[in-house]
Parts: sequence; structure tokens; C-alpha cells
Amino acid sequence: MNDPSYSQILKDGLWNNNTGLVQLLGLCPLLAVTTSAINGLGMGLATTLTLVASSVIISMIRNVVRPEVRIPVFVLVIASVVTVIELGMNAWFHDLYKILGIFIPLIVTNCVIIGRAESFASKQRVDRAFLDGLAMGVGFLLVLVALGGLRELIGKGTLFAQANLMFGEAGKALTLTLLEDYRGFLLAILPPGAFLGLGLLIAGMNVINARRSRRAAATVLPVARAAET
Amino acid sequence: MLSYRKSAITALVLFLFAVTGTALVALTYEGTRERIAANERENLLRKLHLLIAPDRYDNNLFMDTLQARDEKLLGTPEPVMIYRARREGNPVALVMAPVAPDGYSGSIKLLVGINVDGTLTGVRVISHHETPGLGDGIDEERSDWIYLFNGKSLEYPPQQYWDVKRDGGIFDQLTGATITPRAIVKAVRKSLLYYRQHGDDLFAAGPESETPRGKQ
Repeated sequence: MNDPSYSQILKDGLWNNNTGLVQLLGLCPLLAVTTSAINGLGMGLATTLTLVASSVIISMIRNVVRPEVRIPVFVLVIASVVTVIELGMNAWFHDLYKILGIFIPLIVTNCVIIGRAESFASKQRVDRAFLDGLAMGVGFLLVLVALGGLRELIGKGTLFAQANLMFGEAGKALTLTLLEDYRGFLLAILPPGAFLGLGLLIAGMNVINARRSRRAAATVLPVARAAET
Repeated sequence: MLSYRKSAITALVLFLFAVTGTALVALTYEGTRERIAANERENLLRKLHLLIAPDRYDNNLFMDTLQARDEKLLGTPEPVMIYRARREGNPVALVMAPVAPDGYSGSIKLLVGINVDGTLTGVRVISHHETPGLGDGIDEERSDWIYLFNGKSLEYPPQQYWDVKRDGGIFDQLTGATITPRAIVKAVRKSLLYYRQHGDDLFAAGPESETPRGKQ
């Protein structure tokens, strides 16, 4: 396997191979918790932390573990990391834990983590595994916040409501009420809204990608346009 | 094919990881247990103070507790904690922690504060699994719905009106969620009934037991 460059890892994680929009992994937490931008942010942060920690550990032990037992070892590492993070948050960030507590154990079931462990971290140097975990995690976080923001805005007419749960009293200033006297649009908050919103985000990404490749193709070879689209 | 030696080494590696992982989790658990317990206690005290203002009592709420068991009225076969507030020895109010067993998705744990005269100081939801955006309006952080109970009692409104509006009562339901508020209204009414039946005894009984949580 040839080693990807740092910028390639970043680009893959944030856009080309985005967890939420391209790989479509970890849909369970993605769809379930994104009822508001803040929920998305919290889940995104916790997932990123887990991804970075598990990627680094798995990269460090990649030469010790035989391929036959790698999956159980990965599961052990990930489950331990998630449990330690959960206990640590409960002890030192108790208020944050109260909000995210129910989501944290869900991270174990997020296939992104074991997916990156298997396909990337177990084959790469620690620095690359770290960056990959970070890029994939941040890519996932951005999708969670975008989808949460979209659903919150359409469903309730606000953005970053209850930011105080995460950032203390100062966070209240973050809350934006964009539509005054908005009656709310429940569909966006309910589970169907998650699927519709995710579909819209993927469609948006495809439009941008198509436009980009058309522009790239137009400068080089106009004939290629038909084939690209 | 793997030789026996290689298999044994592989198994050993797996075993070592299992031991390390377990040890790590166990150590973290031990290291954080006291902090977590302290956090939870502080959190509980903060919640109790929402229902009984700190200047209304002068005893130690965690030391003056009772455990009540009444599945029909308190919603759980488990013992329910009751925290009693007194001022100069006279009963002021108590907070109990009943359960509304019939929420939309599972039980809803409550704190119900009752003044010595039988009026509610208020109700708070401690934990629930209700639908985000619908049933979770019962959470103080999400909507003001739970304040509807402030000052209510079995006399006001009369018992037949202790229902959500859809069932002919006086309590609003939440937009798109009736089951959740219905469960809570029912649980609070039953808590008040429990208090009416046992109220004086609840204050008269000596502090029953100092649970590990009760230490301050």
C-alpha cells in the first residue's frame, strides 16, 4: 500500500471520503442525535476523540497483533477507549456528560471507528493514523453539525439552542433565533427529517462535485464533460 | 498453516489485550468512582434545591432520608428515596423520587416536592428516554411544561381534573406528545395520594438509614 500524503489524508477525511456523506458509515448516531446543532456538535466531539485515540493505539500495536485475531483486538481497544472516555467525562465534565451520556456508549457501535482501524490505522504509521482519525472525526463532526443545524433551523427556527448545556452560561449568547414566532415544522425534528436532511446534504455535495469536475474537464478537454456527468 | 507455537502466541496476545483492556477500564473506574459519586451527589442536591429553596430548611437533606416502597402509587417495586426538609425540627417539605412507569419509551424518573400542607413545590424530571423534540418537552431545559405543577395539590385541581386536557383534565399536553405528559400527570397525582395517606408518618419516622450516597 502506498502511503498517502498528509494533505491527501485531510482531504479524504473532510471531503472526498467523508464518513457521513460518502462512506455513509455510522448512520445510526448520525440520524438519531442530530435534532439540534448542539447535539450534533457534542456527538461529533466525542466520536472524534474516540477515533483519534483508537487509531493511534491500533497503529502502535499493528506489528504485535496477528491478522487472525485483529478484529477481536480492535473491538477490545475501541470498547476500552470508549468506556474510559465515558468514565472520564462523567468525572471531570459532568455537565457535558449529562447531555451526551446516552450517546457515548453508542460510539462503540459506530462502524466508522472499526472501519478506520481495519482499513487505515492497522496499516499506517502512528502520525498518519492520528491525522486520519482527526480528519475523519472532524469530517463526521461537520456533517453532524450541518445536519443538526438544518433540522433545528427548519424544525424550530433556532440555531445552537441550549448551547449553555455545553459551554456554560456564556453559551446562551450563542443561541440564535432566526425566525421569530415560528410555529415549528415537526417533520424536520422527527426521524424522517433526518433521512430527508441527509439526502439533501448528499445531493448538495454531489452538485458541488459535479460542478467542480465539469469545470476541471472544461479547461482540459471539453469532450470529457459528457462522460463525467 | 499456523504451527501450534504460533497459535499459542496469538492466543496469548489476544489474552494480554483482554487483560490490559479490562485492567484499564477497572483502573479508570476506581480512579473516577469517588469523583463521579460526588458529582452525582452535588447534582442531586442542586436538583433538590430547585424544589426546596435552601433557605427554607436547616437540616441535612442527605441525612434525613426515608425509603418508601409502594409499587402502586410510586410506580416502581424498588424502594423510593424520600428527602425530608425541616426547619428548627419542624417539617417543611419533602422531596420524593417516584417513577412514571408508562412513558412513551420506558420509565421516567421524577422528583416530586411536596410542602407539608400537601401542595406541590414543583416537579422535575431526572431521567427519561422520550422522543427528542416531542416528549422531551417535559425536561425543564426544553420547555416550561413541568412548571405547570407548581402549587397544585389534590384539592386544586380536584382529582377528576388531574389529567391532560385531551382526557378532560386541566394539564396541557405537549405538541405531538400526549402519552408522556399523561404518564407524568398520573405519577404526580399518585405521589400526592401517597403523601395524603402517609404524610404525617413520613415526617414522624426517624431517619431510616444512612445510605452510602447520603454521606456528605
